[in-house]
Amino acid sequence: MNEVMTKELTGSQILIESLKKEGVDTVFGYPGGAVLSIYEQLYHTKDIKHYLVRHEQGAIHAAEGYARVTDKCGVAVVTSGPGATNIVTGVANAYLDGYPLVVFTGQVGANLIGNDAFQEADILGITRSCTKHNYLVKDAKDLAQTIKEAFYIANTGKKGPVVVDLAKNILDQKVEFEYPKEVYLEGYNPTYKGNPKQISKALQLLCSAKRPVIIAGGGVLSSNASRELTELSKFLNIPVATTLMGVGVYPMDDEQSLGMLGMHGNYWANYAICECDVLFAIGTRFNDRATGPLSRFAKDAQIIHVDIDPCSISKNVPAHIPIVGDAGIILQDMLNELKAQNYEINKEVKHKWLEKIEKWKEKRVIPEIQSEKLHAHMVLERIAEYTKPYDPVIATEVGQHQMWTVQAFNFTHPRRLVTSGGLGTMGFGFPAAMGAGVADKNRLVINIAGDGSIQMNIQELATCVEYNLPVKVVIMNNGYLGMVRQWQEKLYHKHYSYTKISGPDFVKVAEAYGAKGIRVEREDEIIPALKAAIEYPGPVFLDFILEPFETVYPWVLAGKPMHEVLLSSKEDY
Amino acid sequence: MQHTISVLVKNEAGALSRMINLFSARGYNIESLTVSTTIDTKYARATIVVTHCDDAVVEQILKQLHKLIPVIKVSDLTPDNSITRELVFIKVDAKSEVEALLKIAAEFGAKIINVSPKTYTIQAVCNEEQLKSLIELLRPIGIKDVVRSGAVSILLNNVL
Repeated sequence: MNEVMTKELTGSQILIESLKKEGVDTVFGYPGGAVLSIYEQLYHTKDIKHYLVRHEQGAIHAAEGYARVTDKCGVAVVTSGPGATNIVTGVANAYLDGYPLVVFTGQVGANLIGNDAFQEADILGITRSCTKHNYLVKDAKDLAQTIKEAFYIANTGKKGPVVVDLAKNILDQKVEFEYPKEVYLEGYNPTYKGNPKQISKALQLLCSAKRPVIIAGGGVLSSNASRELTELSKFLNIPVATTLMGVGVYPMDDEQSLGMLGMHGNYWANYAICECDVLFAIGTRFNDRATGPLSRFAKDAQIIHVDIDPCSISKNVPAHIPIVGDAGIILQDMLNELKAQNYEINKEVKHKWLEKIEKWKEKRVIPEIQSEKLHAHMVLERIAEYTKPYDPVIATEVGQHQMWTVQAFNFTHPRRLVTSGGLGTMGFGFPAAMGAGVADKNRLVINIAGDGSIQMNIQELATCVEYNLPVKVVIMNNGYLGMVRQWQEKLYHKHYSYTKISGPDFVKVAEAYGAKGIRVEREDEIIPALKAAIEYPGPVFLDFILEPFETVYPWVLAGKPMHEVLLSSKEDY
Repeated sequence: MQHTISVLVKNEAGALSRMINLFSARGYNIESLTVSTTIDTKYARATIVVTHCDDAVVEQILKQLHKLIPVIKVSDLTPDNSITRELVFIKVDAKSEVEALLKIAAEFGAKIINVSPKTYTIQAVCNEEQLKSLIELLRPIGIKDVVRSGAVSILLNNVL
């Protein structure tokens, strides 16, 4: 008789063993009453490194930053009640941008659930609409299976966060442990391979198109399909624009690159999309910041839409040729078919289209404000140029500096930009950069922040110091919540209602935390400051004092169609 | 326009909440919702009637429901491929014309299931149209209360 060897473990031990089985060696977290038993096991394990953050929001964003650069699942552990509610923003962030997280939240004992017990929160109910799925485990017998399913759901299909809520009593409950080898979920079976007939139809359309454009989104990044995308666009001579989430999947310095499209995207990218006759969208859900009003978006184009999430297709923009599946697999199938069959490609017609686009590229933003102070774009261009040899990971917060960063850095590789696209979470960048730093200790990690955003999770500097994570934080300090300010300037008669924001002396803050702080006020100080920051073996705050009244251009005002791009304050539509 | 959707879902804690949450989170209107276990108690069947949706929104609802992990199958029901009924109780004033009442009830295959000194309670099983007619006919007699179960639908096998 074959006897399966099983051993009795407590829920907490099962959690640790299951994490090991999933290959998890890094978790971000914060202890508390409901998870004491888990922390007891973390104390004893050498295989899993736990990073103690200073706020649960820091843990969840760090886990996402880690997931973004490693393509692995980020893991966080927090306690019940406030510990759990503090992760909600980060869970929503990962949900909208499609990054895999498994989050373990403590919960009061099963016998107390529903009693308004101390530190009780209905985290299942709270996170239902911002998770791919969530679980409450009330019996340790279900724990291993649940963890297996959680990782499977987070990492497959359109990736996303899964919350596993652990009733306190199960953590010390002893049951036999055996980690399931496979998982079968009757109601969950993501489609990876595209329909071959649809692929042929798409190829015919793309080959004969006169003015085609590809939009590559986060789905291409998630599927690690940069190579396939580049090969296909080169094969067919089709220019590629990316969404904010897709930045880096196609080299921005390539001649066929249109860079980023959208509200603050390149003039020529938006123009090309408005004029195209075939739009090939891959792994994007056509977010409103990328499309403008849908009635006027690519209105003459036949639309081919590839997405792994069937819900993304024809949600915002109706697709003529929908293809559900994984971007990389579909692009590879397209390449195979192109090479096997004799498709006729009108390369000359397409070349004329590229030439036309090239002419639009001449129309660029000209800096307007002349002042003694540092200008944001110039600062970021210097940073981009100086750090290029390091091939750094660039995280951002949300606001003007985020858009300027995409414009100034020529991203040529995926997973180098870590930014909150869908939810637009201020305070995301610093902890996410920290997570990226944990993932790759040898890579230069820079967080580009505003003076508003950095104050939202500034406490994580203590974490960076404690674990010697040498994140370099560039604070684009203009004394305003700049993005909101620029809308007020344009649309609300310069009524700067609560957008002037003060901050501490960031240099002193850095020093108080035991990090290094450098203030930069003049152009000739930029490079020496960068040099000093990179040479310093720990985290650094670089406080760049900027001209306060700069505006992000190009700018398509909300509600305006994509081609009505403002390039300066002198223009109007 | 009304639209009827049938959902086969795992009979587990929170499954119903996930479905309802989807409707409120995405701003879809539910006209009625009925849920009960199937012959296999591992599963439950929900019949959801939605209103004020164009075809694109209905398509989104079907896909979004399908995306929920515990949801096994989502069917788009039409009058051609399904039968829909609901159960209704109507409490009518007892002082009124009893003969007329019985005649109307008979017409609709409805039963009087309770008689009290003050009220008659009628039970009917009908579709939306029949229900409207029944209520209109009973209204002059004096309706005191109406309780509806919400629609249940079954997909027909003999439809290609």
